[in-house]
Amino acid sequence: MDTNPVVPPTPAPALAAPLPAPKPGPSAQKEKPVVMSVRGLRAGYGGGASVLKGVSLDVRERTVTAIIGPSGCGKSTLIRCLNRLHEALPGAYCEGDIHLGGRNVLEIDPVLLRREVGMVFQRPNPFPTMSVFENVASGLVLNGESDRAKIAERVETSLRRAALWDEVKDKLAAPGVGLSGGQQQRLCIARALAVEPHILLMDEPCSALDPIATARIEELLVEIKEQLTVVIVTHNMQQAARVSEYTAFMLMGELVEFGETQQIFTKPVDKRTEDYITGRFG
Amino acid sequence: MSTAVAPVRTSPAERGGARVPGPRERAGDRAFRLVVSGFAGLILLGAAAMAWQLTRGSWRTWAAFGPKFLWTSTWDPVNDVFGALPFLYGTVVSSLIALLIAVPLGVGSAIFLAELAPPRVSNAVSFAIELLAAVPSVILGLMGVFLLVPAVRAVEPFLSRWLGFLPFFRGAPYGVGLLAAGLILAFMILPYIAAIAREVLLTVPRSLKEALYALGATRWEVVREVSLPYARSGILGAVFLSLGRALGETMAVTMVIGNTPKISASLFDPAYSMAAVIANELAEAAGDAHLSALIAIGLVLFGVTVVVNGLARLLIYRLERP
Amino acid sequence: MNAAAYARRRAINALMLGLTAVCAALSAGVLLAILGYIAWKGASSLSWSFLTNLPKPVGEAGGGIANAIVGSAKVVGLAGLIGIPIGVLAGIYLAEYGKGRRFAFWVRYAADVLNGVPSIVVGLFAYALVVIPFKRFSAVSGSIALSIIMVPIVLRNTEEFLRLVPASIREAALALGVPRWKVVLRVVLPTAGRGIMTGALLALARVAGETAPLVFTAFGNRFWDQGWLNPIATLPLTLYNYAISPYEDWHRQAWAAALVLMLFVLAVNVAARLWLKPAQGSAH
Repeated sequence: MDTNPVVPPTPAPALAAPLPAPKPGPSAQKEKPVVMSVRGLRAGYGGGASVLKGVSLDVRERTVTAIIGPSGCGKSTLIRCLNRLHEALPGAYCEGDIHLGGRNVLEIDPVLLRREVGMVFQRPNPFPTMSVFENVASGLVLNGESDRAKIAERVETSLRRAALWDEVKDKLAAPGVGLSGGQQQRLCIARALAVEPHILLMDEPCSALDPIATARIEELLVEIKEQLTVVIVTHNMQQAARVSEYTAFMLMGELVEFGETQQIFTKPVDKRTEDYITGRFG
Repeated sequence: MSTAVAPVRTSPAERGGARVPGPRERAGDRAFRLVVSGFAGLILLGAAAMAWQLTRGSWRTWAAFGPKFLWTSTWDPVNDVFGALPFLYGTVVSSLIALLIAVPLGVGSAIFLAELAPPRVSNAVSFAIELLAAVPSVILGLMGVFLLVPAVRAVEPFLSRWLGFLPFFRGAPYGVGLLAAGLILAFMILPYIAAIAREVLLTVPRSLKEALYALGATRWEVVREVSLPYARSGILGAVFLSLGRALGETMAVTMVIGNTPKISASLFDPAYSMAAVIANELAEAAGDAHLSALIAIGLVLFGVTVVVNGLARLLIYRLERP
Repeated sequence: MNAAAYARRRAINALMLGLTAVCAALSAGVLLAILGYIAWKGASSLSWSFLTNLPKPVGEAGGGIANAIVGSAKVVGLAGLIGIPIGVLAGIYLAEYGKGRRFAFWVRYAADVLNGVPSIVVGLFAYALVVIPFKRFSAVSGSIALSIIMVPIVLRNTEEFLRLVPASIREAALALGVPRWKVVLRVVLPTAGRGIMTGALLALARVAGETAPLVFTAFGNRFWDQGWLNPIATLPLTLYNYAISPYEDWHRQAWAAALVLMLFVLAVNVAARLWLKPAQGSAH
């Protein structure tokens, strides 16, 4: 594996000043400060029943928070509210409080928000007309960056953080869609990292990938979380147990239980959580 | 999405629709949206302007003749007496002849290409037929003048001998006339019927066809019993669309129809079409009344094609949303 | 009894297979016959001097269609400059903002109307709009007529190819914090770019062959044109005038001109089809 030093995180822009740590947790581990707090989040599509019915949780800085639950529980909707992509659908709405750096995310310009909160999707979606290099650079270039040296440096950094640099450094000009599925997804991760967000949202990023590709992404998650916060939706409980410090279990639009991953998987408080974990329903 | 079973208690805020106002539109987004909306609006404006100009330009004729204009047949630019019937007659009859020839040929081709031919043959032949649609009208007219008209002139005596008991096949063999015009129009609309009918036939669900195959039906029987009925409205739509094209065809028609404003039962006799008379007489229109009469014919052509095409779209859209 | 009935059904099946095959062969054959005949009659008159000479008076040898070729290029070029941007931008509107809105419904309806209007009526409109007020035939009026014909074609094509761009691409761009207008202009539009451009090319080829609307707008010219505000020769118009004339030499030139026009139209259509195919292959 490459031994290049991990690049330290860039200083936080004004938006994402961490909140002070609230209550003491049940474990002895010193809790990291909360970077994003969600209170009473309700979301849905106009006319239908609501998909999220008042979800509250805290996302702590430089940790991986996993969101698990059966199909249709609203976990994808939740994560898409966090970067306000949910509202982009016609008729969709999203209300409540999502605090990031002292401001309610729902009241600021979503475009600016999304530069702080990045997203990787379930199916790899590199831009088809762009090369590997252009894909990674797209966030910077489209938002007006023109310093080519800076762009090149940022592209290399991001590709290293996504554990893809060694495989593509000789073919940066090749089309992005020419890579394998697992490589494409790491390309998308690099693309998201290139704008240096504070939080990276991942919506079941490995569900379309084979186990080897999945393992590589889980590996790089362990390294990424030293610099930024990750919220990952997954339908794979073992994956949640492997990569996350905190886990949220959702069921039918409600947050049933939220706590340290250790505790959720060994001593769940709610019966529904226990039923899900032990496989009584899926 | 949400699989909640029981009706959920929603908060009054949700039910009342009083939600957090959606994201304010950014300035750049707003400007962009307005610009593209503006260009879209140009199209509305263009269509409306066209209808308006045609109406305004032809007003004089309607004022002078009223609806009689459509069924009188004197066309006299010298004395300012105008009646559009000969052109309506020529347009309609030549288009009908074209349909009579092109629909069986086109639908037959479509059936072959969609159902019976192997895919590579089907794609190659379909491409050839679509290229036929790209041949400019004036070039088909050229072929018409030097190939078709002499051929028709040679055939007409035989037609009048064998089929002369019908009023359609009597008279001197000019070559130019309704028959030639109908034939050339048939070549022009054939690719449209074939292409659309083929597309429509390709949308017939395989499961329907397989059900009949499983009962031991031959391929033709499946076509007859399943594909054609399913595709019926789409094919009818294709026919209407092609009719719309035939009605407005100008160059090929004017080169072979004879350009004589007379109404005759015989297909051998020269005739005139609405599009042809506009093309021939507009540039040297003898006075405002003449010009207005020609624009009036244009307005009729406009209205007729709008109606025919509207019917066609209705039929084709009905297929997409059964 | 069963065997006889079945044999009869199989015979009918074979008959229909044959009949429909004949229909298809005839239809495709017509195209080949046209191409072949034009090539045969036109090739002998085709020469470099034919392409570069001006028309000569009747009786003199060596006339050419240079002014018609240049004239067509100019008129069609200007028509494209007007019609393609309008069609593409309106297509962007319909694809990105037009779902379910009443305004979009009427725009689509108007585009359908314009699409079905015969080209002679479009020419009539351009005549009333431009030729009458300015009291002259002009290249500009011809271009305006042709652009009106182009717009609905380009619009429908643009909308179709924009809709083909998957939502995931748009979401990926939005998720990077790119404003919506940039997402459309710099990500979605280039992704659909190939399809949109071939559509525009095909529309250009289509209007390059149009004669009817030009008969009384561009009008034609036996010499080099004198600018945009004067009559101008175009290839299909020249073809038409030569074809209906009584002169043998002009008929010969008409065939050669037809060959030139047909080659151009064919080349664009085949190129467009080829260019589009690999794109559809790799996108899926």
